Amino acid sequence: MNAALDVQGLTTRFATRGDAVTAVNDVSFTVQKGRILGLVGESGSGKSVTGFSIMGLIDAPGEVAAGKVMVDGQDLRALSDEDMRKMRGNRVAMVFQDPMMTLNPVLRVGDQMAMAVRVHRKMSKAAALKEAQRALETVGIPSPEERLRAYPHQLSGGMRQRVAIAMALLHRPSVIIADEATTALDVSIQGQILAEVRDLADQTGAAIVWITHDLGVVSSLADDICVMYAGRIVERGTAQQVIDHPRHPYTQGLLDSIPALHEPGKHLPQIPGSTPQLSRLPQGCPFRPRCPRATEICATVPPADTKDGQTVLCHHPLE
Amino acid sequence: MTDPILKIENVSKRFTRWPGMAERLVGKITGGGKPVTVHALSDVTLHVSQGEVLGIVGESGCGKSTLGRVVAGIYAPSDGSVTLKGDPIVREHGNRIDKLTTQVQMIHQDPFASLNPRMKVGETLAEGPRYHRIIPSGKVREGMRELLEKVGLEGAYADRLPHQFSGGQRQRVAIARALAMKPEVLVLDEAVASLDVSIQAQVLNLFMDLRRDLGLTALFISHDLSVVRHVCDRVAIMYLGRLVELAPADELYADPKHPYTAALFASVPTVGTGKRKFEAIKGEIPSPINPPPGCAFHPRCPLAGPRCRVEAPRLTGAGPARTVACHLNDGGVDTKAETAA
Repeated sequence: MNAALDVQGLTTRFATRGDAVTAVNDVSFTVQKGRILGLVGESGSGKSVTGFSIMGLIDAPGEVAAGKVMVDGQDLRALSDEDMRKMRGNRVAMVFQDPMMTLNPVLRVGDQMAMAVRVHRKMSKAAALKEAQRALETVGIPSPEERLRAYPHQLSGGMRQRVAIAMALLHRPSVIIADEATTALDVSIQGQILAEVRDLADQTGAAIVWITHDLGVVSSLADDICVMYAGRIVERGTAQQVIDHPRHPYTQGLLDSIPALHEPGKHLPQIPGSTPQLSRLPQGCPFRPRCPRATEICATVPPADTKDGQTVLCHHPLE
Repeated sequence: MTDPILKIENVSKRFTRWPGMAERLVGKITGGGKPVTVHALSDVTLHVSQGEVLGIVGESGCGKSTLGRVVAGIYAPSDGSVTLKGDPIVREHGNRIDKLTTQVQMIHQDPFASLNPRMKVGETLAEGPRYHRIIPSGKVREGMRELLEKVGLEGAYADRLPHQFSGGQRQRVAIARALAMKPEVLVLDEAVASLDVSIQAQVLNLFMDLRRDLGLTALFISHDLSVVRHVCDRVAIMYLGRLVELAPADELYADPKHPYTAALFASVPTVGTGKRKFEAIKGEIPSPINPPPGCAFHPRCPLAGPRCRVEAPRLTGAGPARTVACHLNDGGVDTKAETAA
């Protein structure tokens, strides 16, 4: 297997005053080199926590309770904190929604990028700055030499996000996890960045996990899609399969509620109710109370992932 | 078309930041320290008919929210006027304006920020109508229950606090609060942008129902082109404080005339088109402090010619009900001298 990222049975729990809440529940997926996986879900579905769990960024009261995270055949969860720190930003990197979470506002772009280079590699600052400049070029930043001397506040939102992506690219990581990385940007800027992300995957061979709530983005960007609901992956497949022939009623409902696919002014099909609280999940299938296809069995027996290529977590998948 | 109920005439809005004392002192030596002016709106004219939903679309910094706030009477326009049924909406002393500003109600993007967390939802809803004596005081409680039911919530929820509601429910409360004032015009500023898609569909359905039942007139401000197409009759596209295109929704989406509108459509990722290359608009939105000369879009426009760099295009007719501000539509992108020769 040459999967760059292989996640198996990942389970993350958060201790609350009541019972432990399982935010990520037995999540498994693989991403090959140069492929983009779209991880889609609504708020509270556990998609971001999955990203943080892969990066080893879950703090108390949370805990990764089970599972394996294999990057280039190495299990990240077996690493010591020190070794994990060496992996982070090096072999696996993350891009966040808000670039100001990544960038230090009081340091020049070049200085903080050079610092990020020299944490993992021994080299002179001048050489590190050259590396930084090259990374800025890859993400399509015009006149990168000047930008190195700029402070983050002197850049526009789109530029900042590009710098954050460039920082993630500094060490040519095997795996990049992007959590709603273009959500805060304008559509024209988002279009530019998505085009560059696609090129990056093709050219650098990085495996990219693109976490988002926007089905439009994943359907035009990703090779494969995993749909999450209440902490579980409920459907997976190639982007085309999932978008054109959704089999889980939840995926179907999500796609149906997109206004672009309907005649203007007509009532939109809607999923009734709202996402369940993880602390009060219904028995059986967590989607049952909102599902139009639910029957008796859904109320008691949780649908099982048979792990033999079945792609839908549902008792009554659509054909 | 019926007589417009809301008239926005040649409205401009400038925000000026005056330098502080330290800056002025430094400025004396360096020659800086001058006031900085942002042109948030430049010469915007829009008419909205009774019962019409007008979409305002643009990217951040295009002035769409400023326009909404001017219409709601929160900002006074620097130039031009906004009139509702002939009466100007300006916040001035005197009772008349109190009455007018209540007739335009605004619904904001974030229902977590727009509801008072310490006030029961029923109290939040009743505050405005009670103060302005829109509902007789004996009937307030009853009226609030009816309102909550109208937006798809239970009347008993009036005694709950905002934290007991989900995001979608809070947005319903925000809509109810706006309706409580029995407004003539609603201004929705990115009202569904922060909701999950499944919840967004619910709120959009509610808005379309209310619109049909109450004959609402509304400005629907959004960056989301597909949402705007779904609920709006006409759409205005804004760029850098100016109106660049105005057309009935179906015509605009079938055949965008302005290169910016076309580029905007091309860069939206949509479901169903399959994997594709994004036809990105190059460059960034220029600063409204120092907008480019001529057409504001020319540095990013693939079709720009010499005329675009010197002469700002005016809105001109491009069909029975549509206007566009582009030289492609008023004589070509070459300079006048060249066209004449």
